[in-house]
Amino acid sequence: MSMSLVTLSSVTKKFVMAFAGIFLMVFLVVHLAINLCLLRNDGGEWFNAAAHFMGTNYVVKVFEIVLMTGFLIHIFFGILLQIQNWMARPVRYMVTNKTTTPFLSKYMIYTGGIVFIFLIIHFMNFYFREIGLVANDVTMGEGEPNFYQVTINLFSNTTYSILYIVLIATLGFHLNHAFQAAFQSLGLNHPKYTPCIKGFSTVYSIIIAVGFCIIPIFFMFFK
Amino acid sequence: MDLTLKIWRQENPKAKGKFETYKVTGISTECSFLEMLDILNETLIDKVQLPINFDHDCREGICGMCSLYINGRPHGPDDEVTTCQLHMRKFKDGDTIVIEPWRSKAFPVIKDLMINRNAFDEIIQAGGYVSVTTGGIPDANSIPINRADAELAMDAAACIGCGACVAACKNASAMLFVAAKVSQFALLPQGKMEAQARVEAMVAKMDELGFGNCTNTYACEAECPKQISADNIARMNREFFCAKVS
Ligand code: FES
Repeated sequence: MSMSLVTLSSVTKKFVMAFAGIFLMVFLVVHLAINLCLLRNDGGEWFNAAAHFMGTNYVVKVFEIVLMTGFLIHIFFGILLQIQNWMARPVRYMVTNKTTTPFLSKYMIYTGGIVFIFLIIHFMNFYFREIGLVANDVTMGEGEPNFYQVTINLFSNTTYSILYIVLIATLGFHLNHAFQAAFQSLGLNHPKYTPCIKGFSTVYSIIIAVGFCIIPIFFMFFK
Repeated sequence: MDLTLKIWRQENPKAKGKFETYKVTGISTECSFLEMLDILNETLIDKVQLPINFDHDCREGICGMCSLYINGRPHGPDDEVTTCQLHMRKFKDGDTIVIEPWRSKAFPVIKDLMINRNAFDEIIQAGGYVSVTTGGIPDANSIPINRADAELAMDAAACIGCGACVAACKNASAMLFVAAKVSQFALLPQGKMEAQARVEAMVAKMDELGFGNCTNTYACEAECPKQISADNIARMNREFFCAKVS
């Protein structure tokens, strides 16, 4: 690679951000589908089976590498763009900008940062256990982690559940702008379809946020 | 009406600037914003003080020379107008108005509120033109252009290059300006010929000059006095991608 990542053109960086973002958004749908298995009254049978599949299937293993690369690229470029953008205005305005813009669009780096903190907590609890980076104390036969039990343990703590809901809501805010912005960045814009994409962006972010939040609420009130 | 003005004063590009407070009295609501500054300058000259430097030329909203970031908005509180078309009736008696220059690394302050927008000229020089060979003028009807494209090209061409997009953008990005110029040519048969080289050259120049990266907040579109649409940015992204992969 002759060009360093930092000197990539601004439009290319937008592209990379959008591509990685869209990939992560597709993954979230898969993740939500697995999580919703927790709502079945089967003692975690489906959920653990799904976790086992995700942890052992070879095709999934390949996608896991792609996914982690997606995370790293999205985070790396997000920070890089932000630093360059701060540098583009060395003297700040005294009066903060009063231009009316889509509310969440200005705070992507902050909502993104909060989601990143959530990601670390989440990895500590699940993914790092799976790959053996964190000691695994909740097992089922042959030392395989019992993620259903891990989840129950976590959600039995009300503070954790509330924190989880707040962080997922932040993710929802991030996604709300991200979804439609990704299409704009990729140049996929059309007088007829862009309004649909914007509408779908809102629907998608609500489905993801509500979908993930149902689970701690379910465990708090119905278990 | 009587007003308090907090105005950015800066001796030269290197100097450290600061805000100075001025009072103006008896301003008519019919007065334009720049006329109000003219009145202030008259009083400063009478007191043998240096008048405030600010850019302007046509004062008709067509040249793009006037700038000014007024109370947190480029071209002030009115929508779809340049500063020269802003009137004092948009303010109330007793208001405090903060006036700042456009802030961007690529637009250094020359003096007070006057900024250097050569960066935009450099971007145009990088590719914002159609190369022509000399010879007779072709018949206008020999190049058919579809009506919708002609309209879109005309809308993009309405950009007066004032730089409000850069001033409004939280990232000081020049994407809307460059996108308007790229679109204006890319939509027409005369411009299509050089479209790929143009978009690559203009984007490269924009990056080199130190403008920020677009993060799709659409503040540019909201503040553009000529209502240039951010759809042009999507078109530029598309053009850029096609140019890179072909
Ligand atoms: S002075 Fe020409 S547009 Fe304002």
